[in-house]
Parts: sequence; C-alpha cells; structure tokens
Amino acid sequence: MNSSRLPAAEFEAEEVVRATLPAEPDGGPGAVALQVLAADGTLARGLTATIAGEHVDFSPYLAADDAGHLRSLYRDMFLIRRFDQESTALQRQGQLALWVPLTGQEAAQIGSGRALAPQDYAFPTYREHGVALTRGVELSDILRLFRGVTNGGWDPRERNFHLYTLVLAAQSLHAVGYAMGIQRDQLADPSLPRAASIAYFGDGASSEGDIHESMVFAASFDAPVVFFCQNNQWAISVPSSVQAKVPLAQRAEGYGFPGVRVDGNDVVAVEAVTRWALERARSGRGPVLIEAYTYRMSAHTTADDPTKYRLTQDEQEWQPRDPLIRLETYLRAAGLADDAFFEDLGAEAATMAADLRQVVLAMTAPDLESRFAAVYAEPHPLVQEELRFFQQYEAGFADEGKHA
Amino acid sequence: MATMTIAKAINEGLRASLENDPKTLLMGEDIGELGGVYRVTDGLKKDFGALRVVDSPLAESGIIGTAIGLALRGYRPICEIQFDGFVFPGFNQITTQLAKLRTRSDGMLSAPVVIRIPYGGGIGSVEHHSESPEALFAHTAGLRIITPSNAQDAYWMIQQAVTCEDPVIVFEPKRRYWLKGEVDTSAPVGDPFSAHVLRSGTDATIVAYGPLVPVALAAAAAAEEDGRSVEVIDLRSISPIDFDTVTESVTRTGRLIVAHEAPTFGGIGGEIAARISERAFLSLEAPVIRVGGFHMPYPVARVEEQYLPDIDRILEALDRAFAY
Ligand SMILES: Cc1ncc(C[n+]2csc(CCOP(=O)(O)OP(=O)(O)O)c2C)c(N)n1
Repeated sequence: MNSSRLPAAEFEAEEVVRATLPAEPDGGPGAVALQVLAADGTLARGLTATIAGEHVDFSPYLAADDAGHLRSLYRDMFLIRRFDQESTALQRQGQLALWVPLTGQEAAQIGSGRALAPQDYAFPTYREHGVALTRGVELSDILRLFRGVTNGGWDPRERNFHLYTLVLAAQSLHAVGYAMGIQRDQLADPSLPRAASIAYFGDGASSEGDIHESMVFAASFDAPVVFFCQNNQWAISVPSSVQAKVPLAQRAEGYGFPGVRVDGNDVVAVEAVTRWALERARSGRGPVLIEAYTYRMSAHTTADDPTKYRLTQDEQEWQPRDPLIRLETYLRAAGLADDAFFEDLGAEAATMAADLRQVVLAMTAPDLESRFAAVYAEPHPLVQEELRFFQQYEAGFADEGKHA
Repeated sequence: MATMTIAKAINEGLRASLENDPKTLLMGEDIGELGGVYRVTDGLKKDFGALRVVDSPLAESGIIGTAIGLALRGYRPICEIQFDGFVFPGFNQITTQLAKLRTRSDGMLSAPVVIRIPYGGGIGSVEHHSESPEALFAHTAGLRIITPSNAQDAYWMIQQAVTCEDPVIVFEPKRRYWLKGEVDTSAPVGDPFSAHVLRSGTDATIVAYGPLVPVALAAAAAAEEDGRSVEVIDLRSISPIDFDTVTESVTRTGRLIVAHEAPTFGGIGGEIAARISERAFLSLEAPVIRVGGFHMPYPVARVEEQYLPDIDRILEALDRAFAY
C-alpha cells in the first residue's frame, strides 16, 4: 500500500501562511498544515488562519523573534533525540524490555510541551518523552517502565505529567475528566490560576472509541482540554489512511470545536498553535483538537520492522524535513547559533547519555513482596493472606539461597 | 428508625454523601431530571445542581473514564451504569485503568471512584437488563465489590463506598429496589467488606448475597419445618470476601450451600467452595454445593422463573448436602 505523502507545496515558505480547514476535497493527507519554519530553514514572522470559521492570528504566540527561546527549543529537541538514541541502544543491549522511539516527532512534542503552563496537566500515551522533558520529568525515570521495574516511574503530581498509558486512547477520557475537575475548582475558587489539560494520542488511537467519547464529553461540557494528535502516519504497520478518510483535524468540527492541522516538524508553529489552543481552553472557550502532521522516522518500537511495510523512498523524502535540521539551518543562517553552540550541546548530550546509562544499569528490580502493598489503598484481607503465604514460602528457601 | 425501600435508602445515602463532601458528584445517563431509570437519584439534581448531578452523554466508557480524570483532580465521582448488561462498553476503563491506577503509580495515586450497577433478574425484562456480571469484575485485582440486600445496608454501604480510597463497584439488586426495611440513619453498619450472619443455625450454612438473600432466608425457614437448623450468611462484599465469617460458620455446621443468580461456572460460588474446602475440609460433612444460574445467556423473561434459584432449588441442594 502506498503511504500517504505530504504535498511539497504545504511546506513552502511564505511570509504569512494563510490556511483554511477543511482543505482538500479529496480528503487525503493534504489539508494545509500551519507552518512558519519552512523545510529550507526560513522562518516567517506571522501566522494567521481561518479555523472553524474563526479568524485566528497566532502571531502573539509566536516566538520567532526570541533567539534565546529558539535556541532552547533546539536544545530540547537535540537532547531528547540523544536520549532516544541512547535508549534504543540500551534496548539493543538487552537492558530494556522494549523501547518506543520518537525520532522525527521532536518538534511536535517539544513545541506542544513548551506551550504548557505549570498548572496545566498532561496525559501522555507512551511515546511522549519530549513532553516529559519539558515537564521536568527525570528522563531516567521514563526508562523504569521499559526496564521492567515499575509500570509507572514518577510521581505524576510533581510535574503535572501523568503516567504513560499503554491501552490506546484510555487517557483521553482521563484528560477530559481532569479538565471537568479544573472547571469545578475554578468555579469554587475563581482566584485559582486558570488551567487546562492536554491529551496526547496517535493517528491510530484516533480510531478508538475512547477518543470519540472524550471529544463528545469535552464538547458537551466545554471542558478546558486540548487534544493533541501526533499523526506520524503509521500505527505500527497500518497507514493513517486506514484510520481516517479526512484530515484528522477536520473531525473536530463534527464535535463542535475547532480543529487545526499544524506542521508537526515545525517546532515554532506547534508551540504557537498549542499556546493559542491552551489559552482558549483556559479562558473557558472549550476544547481544541490539534493534529500535528509529522513522520515517525524511526521504527514504531524496537520490536518493529518498518522495512516490511514502509517505502525507503518515503523515509528519504522526509529526511530533509527533519525538525532538528530545519531549526539548525535557521539558527545558523540567522546568525543565532554558531559552531560552538552546537558543539557544546553535543558534549552536554553525550554527558547526559552516559549518566543515563549509569542510572539505568543501576536500576534494580523491586521485590515482588513490595507489589502487594500497592494493589489497594486500604487493607485487603485477600492481599494480606496471599502476602503472608508468599513470605512463608520464600522463607522456606532461606537455607538454599535465592531460588530460581 | 425510618422505614424505606432499598431504592430510597440509596437515594438518601447519596444525598448524605453529596452533603458531607462537596467533592462528590454523580454521573450517569438520565440521572438528573428523570432521577435515573429506577429513580434512585430522584430529586438530587434539583437540590445539588447540574455540576454535582451530571446527566452525562450516553457513553459508558466516557462516564468511567472521565470519572477517573475527576478522581485524579481530587473529586469523588459516583457513576451510575443504567443496567448490568450495558457496563461492558466501560469494562476497559474499569479493568485496565480504574483497577490498576494504584499499582501503576506504585501507590502514589488513588482512584476513589464508585460505580453503581443495578443487577440481576426477576423483573421480567428484555435481554441485557437482568445479568449478574460480578465475577467478571471480582477477578480483577484493585477493585472492591459490594452488594447490599436490605435498606439499612443500602443506606450505609453506598456512603462507605464513597469514602473508601479504593474504587468500589456497588451491585444493586434491582428486583429488591422496592423492598422495604428499617434504616437507622444514626448508626453505620460497620465494615462494609464483612459478611453478616442473618440467621443462626447448627446443621448447614447458606451463603447468599444481593437479590438472593431473601430467598436464602425463606429457604432456611422452610428447612426448619423439616427439622433442619440452617444458618444464613449475607456475604455483602464480593471482593474481598469475608472468608473468616464463612469458615467459622461452616466449621460449626459442616455443610455449605452457596447461592447466587450468576451462572455457577466460573462464578463467585466456585471461589467460595474452593476456599472453604481448603480451610475447613475436615469439618465438611458434604461437598460445598453451588446453586446458581445455568451456563447460558440470561434467558427470556417468560422462563426466568425456572432459571433463577428459588427456595426449592436451595432446598434441593440442602437435601443433597444432607444425603452424604
Ligand atoms: C487498545 C489497544 N489496542 C492495541 C494496542 C497495540 N498497539 C500499540 S501501539 C499501536 C499503534 C498505535 O498507533 P498510533 O496511535 O498512531 O500511535 P504511534 O505509536 O504511531 O505514535 C498498537 C496497535 C494497544 N496498545 N492498545
């Protein structure tokens, strides 16, 4: 099957990109994706679009003129790619049970993650390592799940970044419920900082009923939630054309809220669009669906074999659209970052990777005994009984040392 | 003491929960203006408003899933599933998300969500309106499951479910919604996860729960006429099960009948039979006998009387137990 392809025209640089959804009548992948940082590394200074009949000027949310900010976006993308590579290596060496790479999706994740305010709450799926970085989650903690020492790894409340969810789309409803809680909190105490939640999911997950139900709930109650779909064009081996016959962003209209497709490889545009959507949600104007149109350059997971279904030609076509190369080109051309900047960053990333490796190798398995304690919040006689049995049984091996 | 139906007792219990804690809220289909298809939430929206009594979109996964999100934000949602057979669109959220939140967060997060499900048959309804799917949930660690059989328990157990830090499913015996009983609103009934001995006896024990408790009591009364002294235990909690109370009883009586409406195969009765065989084998005068539904989808209403365990089916089981 032919993979869907993004028309080249979509990535043409314009001083101001004007976009309207829904776009192309063929319903293919061709809805215009909002963009400011073009594939050739030129950066537009403004961005407007008509979304669900509403004229939106994203310019106030654009960081195009903030050199320090642009460099920091690049830094985040660079570090998370290095993290991804190191984690892939760790999996190959048998140190992780599985790894879910994000290469190619750095802009979608860093851009949207950096748009979040501290009081916002993010509900990731299982690939949002970049968003985790922007939330300040210890990156090594993400690897606890994949090393098999826990199904969590961090305290979600510390960073307002929920645990990874492996059941596709389940977290979208949690995000909406959380947003309904925010609404109630704000009614009870209007002095609270206005907040929103954000639900991440993929193009494959968009077919799950929970996505549909979450959008119905969000629309019905004007919940302050942003749905952030990373359309990386593949759900393992199945192209997004099997999930949707229209650009995914277009679906939002049917639920009664705006949907916007953004070039997911353009970190500046992703950040601006997400900032706008979050602010809109926080101000009580209801949900927004963002479709970040991107490409999964790496395999789905380390257990996947993309050569079985994907064309090398596609991969080659997407190579130049690499979100990192794009921003690097701009930073260099505009004289905002020099060789020294990139070399320093490379060194920082190498240190980070080495540290990460050390931490991961030092991670030890919990005792099964400790797992009994986390099943219920309140005492539970069956768990207690089985724990007692387990302890006695284990104690029986004390003389023989640890049994197999 | 006030006399009220089980439905009214739950209604009053919900009212008390809403009054006691501003973070509680009800969610479900048709629970607002209509007061639920069984009117269990009658009048609550009028008194607590649409933010506390939420007429949700028609989506079970949506109800449970958003309740989990609300719980993460510090709320205590109480969800109503309209009928037993319609909980399955929400099964995924209950079993893969709600039940596991605590374990997945290594004990950092709680999911104090309550799910109310009217269950069981005997109301002459059409398919999917009369099922007893409790075993499907009891098999999942992380959930608690209770089922009141009388108004007093109904009033208190719903409130105890709401204050419990774990997720609790309350299976409500719908054919007993109109059963009246005394309710002492000043004194809680103690641990909701314990079994109650409702009638003492010396020759055999019947364990039942929810809709079959009155049937078990009637069977014990009938058996007494035959000179058999039968103890009746209302299990009340299906997960966890109060095996201590059952074991203690069987150790004295030597015979055990477990009765429930759900099919016996893979059901709660099998679990009780196995545990009691392990715990009280030497006290048993007869094998534990299960009385329950057959291995078939809940039958059409015109024949449900034959399907549902009744007094005679329990008496037949007692006869078998005494024949050893
Ligand atoms: C409910 C459910 N069904 C199936 C799977 C197995 N599975 C894991 S990832 C995946 C594809 C997901 O694709 P998409 O939503 O596009 O996200 P991506 O991994 O591409 O980011 C599948 C089928 C799952 N995790 N959950």
